[in-house]
Amino acid sequence: MAAQGSSIVEEMRNRVILGEFGVRNVHTTDFPGNYPGYDDTWDQEKFEKNFRVDVVHMTEDTLEFDMIGIDAAIANAFRRILLAEVPTMAVEKVFVYNNTSIIQDEILAHRLGLIPIKADPRLFEYKNQGDEEGTEIDTLQFQLKIKCTRNPRASKDSSDPNELYLNHRVYTKHMQWVPIGNQADMFPDSAIRPVHEDILIAQLRPGQELDLCMHCVKGIGKDHAKFSPVATASYRLLPEISLLQPIEGELAEKLRKCFSPGVIEVQNLNGRRVAKVANARLDTCTREIFRHEEFKNLVRLARVRDHYIFSVESTGVLPPDVLMSEAIKVLMSKCQRFLEELDLSQME
Amino acid sequence: MSLKVQANGTDETCATFVLLNEDHTLGNALRYMIMKNPEVEFCGYSITHPSESKINFRIQTRGGLPAVEPFRRGLTELMDVCQHVLNTFETSIKEYKDRKENEME
Repeated sequence: MAAQGSSIVEEMRNRVILGEFGVRNVHTTDFPGNYPGYDDTWDQEKFEKNFRVDVVHMTEDTLEFDMIGIDAAIANAFRRILLAEVPTMAVEKVFVYNNTSIIQDEILAHRLGLIPIKADPRLFEYKNQGDEEGTEIDTLQFQLKIKCTRNPRASKDSSDPNELYLNHRVYTKHMQWVPIGNQADMFPDSAIRPVHEDILIAQLRPGQELDLCMHCVKGIGKDHAKFSPVATASYRLLPEISLLQPIEGELAEKLRKCFSPGVIEVQNLNGRRVAKVANARLDTCTREIFRHEEFKNLVRLARVRDHYIFSVESTGVLPPDVLMSEAIKVLMSKCQRFLEELDLSQME
Repeated sequence: MSLKVQANGTDETCATFVLLNEDHTLGNALRYMIMKNPEVEFCGYSITHPSESKINFRIQTRGGLPAVEPFRRGLTELMDVCQHVLNTFETSIKEYKDRKENEME
């Protein structure tokens, strides 16, 4: 167990170092056989002891939490699944009965596809390939029928389109949900609708009209980005700043200015001004200090390898905590699928 | 769908698994879990071509262990990890919500 206490080895295993000319110790290296004196064999008990999730902040559609004690490979799998493999409902087919606006059918169809639809995808099934007709279990129908006219009550010398015309802006609130089969009983009034009612779809002028029917289906972001349930989902490693020697006086003030506000604090200790790391979390990992010769060897910039600060921003289709739970379940079902296949192939 | 490919003239300690419709998401996570197994000499994966949605997942073992074993164990362990992450995550979310509710009152 000679190596166990070595700080160099510990640093290599647990920290990503931001150096002057590059980032060091980027890759995970704690595999069995790599470090003498360490037992890096997978240990579920040890993992469960160290693993932690701390929720930092949650609103209706954003979530920030810390996931501590896990490897990048798995944290990244969750992030990738959030972006591309958690299903949602989105407009897939648009039937254009009439479109006399200046926006072309295909552009309009694309815009409609990107509108987030408030409908719980867990209550629906994927539509089978080749199925022509949608059913109540796999399809949602919307109708958009609107015509722009002159406003008879507009004042004569007005030049404001808002006053001159009626219905000249088409918003998502004009989309009407048309229940199929038993959907009207399954979902209470207005449960199925676009998430936002004020997304501008098109602009019209008097005489122009839209008459469309839309079919929404269940899908995943891998197939088309419109199915992605998140506006963004990302993680970053927790920054760690260590002052290797006390930094005082003018230098302390200068060091404070090298970082984002709030990262470094200058304290007054018995009349001396001393720099202290107040909140490394606010650091944006700027490497400004390396531009100043005097700081190069006084400060160590690093990131904690197994501390992930996740940020999930939902499009509003599902709450962000539900999305995260769904993402974890997706990874589990992938494992399950292959295990079942293994069992099948070994029975043969 | 997974398919085991065995090269000519090798025993079952080396195998390539072809995982259809998978990418780095499962590939890298599973590679990590399997590399954590001391009986595995080599584990790696490659995406054959950007327009083919499949990965070749390679495992070579020490001491005559069939390559299927660490593959199966890796999948099981990854699932246990996910289960624990899910439980911990949901507990934390619940605690956070309860705390917020108490603050409101």
